[in-house]
Amino acid sequence: MEREGKIRIPSGCAIAAVISREGDRMTGESIVSAMKPMHDRSNGLGGGFAGYGIYPEYKDFYALHMFFDCRDTRKKCEAFLKEYFEIVKSEIIPTRNIPQITDKPLIWRYFVAPLKSVLADKQLDEKEFVARTVMKINTETDGAYVFSSGKNMGTFKAVGFPEDVGVFYRLDEYEGYSWTAHGRYPTNTPGWWGGAHPFTLLDYSVVHNGEISSYDANRRFIEMFGYKCTLQTDTEVITYILDYLIRRKGLTLTEAANVIAAPFWSTIENKSDEYEKRKLKYLRTVFPSLLITGPFSIVLGFDGGLMALNDRLKLRSMVVGEKEDKVFIASEEAAIRVMEPYAENIWSPSGGEPVIVEVKEGKF
Amino acid sequence: MKINAERLEFREINESIRAAGKKATLVGCCGQRFICAGMADVSVTIEGVPGNALGAYLNGATVTVMGNAQDAVGDTMNGGAIIVHGNIGDAAGYAMRGGRIFVKGNAGYRAGIHMKAYKEKVPVMVIGGCAGSFLGEYQAGGVIVVLGLRCGDGKIVSNFPCTGMHGGKMILRSDCRDVTFPNQVSARPASADDMSEIKGYVSEYCRLFGEDEAAVLDSPFTVITPDSSNPYKQLYVAN
Repeated sequence: MEREGKIRIPSGCAIAAVISREGDRMTGESIVSAMKPMHDRSNGLGGGFAGYGIYPEYKDFYALHMFFDCRDTRKKCEAFLKEYFEIVKSEIIPTRNIPQITDKPLIWRYFVAPLKSVLADKQLDEKEFVARTVMKINTETDGAYVFSSGKNMGTFKAVGFPEDVGVFYRLDEYEGYSWTAHGRYPTNTPGWWGGAHPFTLLDYSVVHNGEISSYDANRRFIEMFGYKCTLQTDTEVITYILDYLIRRKGLTLTEAANVIAAPFWSTIENKSDEYEKRKLKYLRTVFPSLLITGPFSIVLGFDGGLMALNDRLKLRSMVVGEKEDKVFIASEEAAIRVMEPYAENIWSPSGGEPVIVEVKEGKF
Repeated sequence: MKINAERLEFREINESIRAAGKKATLVGCCGQRFICAGMADVSVTIEGVPGNALGAYLNGATVTVMGNAQDAVGDTMNGGAIIVHGNIGDAAGYAMRGGRIFVKGNAGYRAGIHMKAYKEKVPVMVIGGCAGSFLGEYQAGGVIVVLGLRCGDGKIVSNFPCTGMHGGKMILRSDCRDVTFPNQVSARPASADDMSEIKGYVSEYCRLFGEDEAAVLDSPFTVITPDSSNPYKQLYVAN
């Protein structure tokens, strides 16, 4: 098939998410059902999920989820990993064979920890080393692709409708304290397994509905810091921007949201709080190349929480609802009603207004 | 006739409504799009959450939603009425050119975007709560009324109302001291003539949703129309 750069495909998309503030673990069944009423927002060329808290028995190890095109590639990749990592478990990710999902690659997962000697030698912290390894495999190893690399979390994605992808990956057999989901309607790039959402790096995962118009400006900037955008997909660059701002620059989630969905200068000027005004000006001035323009609604998953965010003009829909300790986010209210028919406080966040939900301290 | 929408997709729902005749009640609705699209001579009540583009191209039918509705309610509607007893999502009344939309609660972004009017076709949208940003964006005709009921501390309308407005009329139940309008529109307190027009919309709203008409009318109202001596210039680029 033709891959990114060879073909441009003329969108819509569906996103959904759920989190338990108490850290209660839910199977993936509910998030999979949430995608059903939004079926028409996807076209069968990509669906995916991220679950957090799903690997408690291996929570201290990075869970690498990988696609391989053949056995040889896998062998080669495993040999590479063994040089730098302790691999405590490697296995095929269990799937159900269903007629809706075809042409599956080899799908494996590895629970790994970088060797202390390697980290000392390279003078890198653990996360940075894992991030660089993911970039290295994804750019240099033909036929191998790391699609998930966080601790105690995992993404599951494929070509197909999301409700089928969930069945394929047996998500009813996993339990997590938060889940995100995506149904894809690719606009610019062909649908293949790697190109489905969520896009991830370490424990950050992003599901995205929209099509950003600042892709190339953002890409040029972020690639200066070692990130490699291999898929020509806007969501990939959003993921790396958030990793850069939050993990490497140490910004808070709200600050990162104020960079990528910065308020208009006129809106900043009208703020009455002087401190906030100065801070917003500062962020826009320091990171102008990371302003994301064009339509997006995203959910960022991270260790212990979720952040939902719309572009500042709110060119895509997003609805939030609550019930007891759970918070639900989706492109449509109907999806929330499937997860929780009696959801309360249904509201739509404004453009550029981040909705941050975290699991209580010590509960995950 | 009662139609259970739970396992039906939108085509089947619309076929069932057409088969039902003059009156239908839809229960268990959950996200199906295009309900009542283009329908003329029927009255439909919906329980559950209807999907996007509810009543698109509506041509005379009456649609009542007992709860919330999603995005693009009444997209390009031509006639009839859509009455929503909850809130509505973004881009309600997108390019509507006739008929009426009444919303008990709040509207999302871009309500009334590109609403238009022609001769006897004058669409009306009444929003009981508050409205999101870009209310009446590129409005070319028709009437948008926002009552600001139960807004709490929130503003009656969020940022950038009337951006690109070049026709029609907007009425806000507020003195609008905290609202910034673009240069190409003029805002004025409602006159006695305006009030008799406003009374009509308010009394219809109050009849539909059981609100106290006198209390709603006892407030300053502001009328916004395009200023033809200072036509619209683009928001984003100064040329």
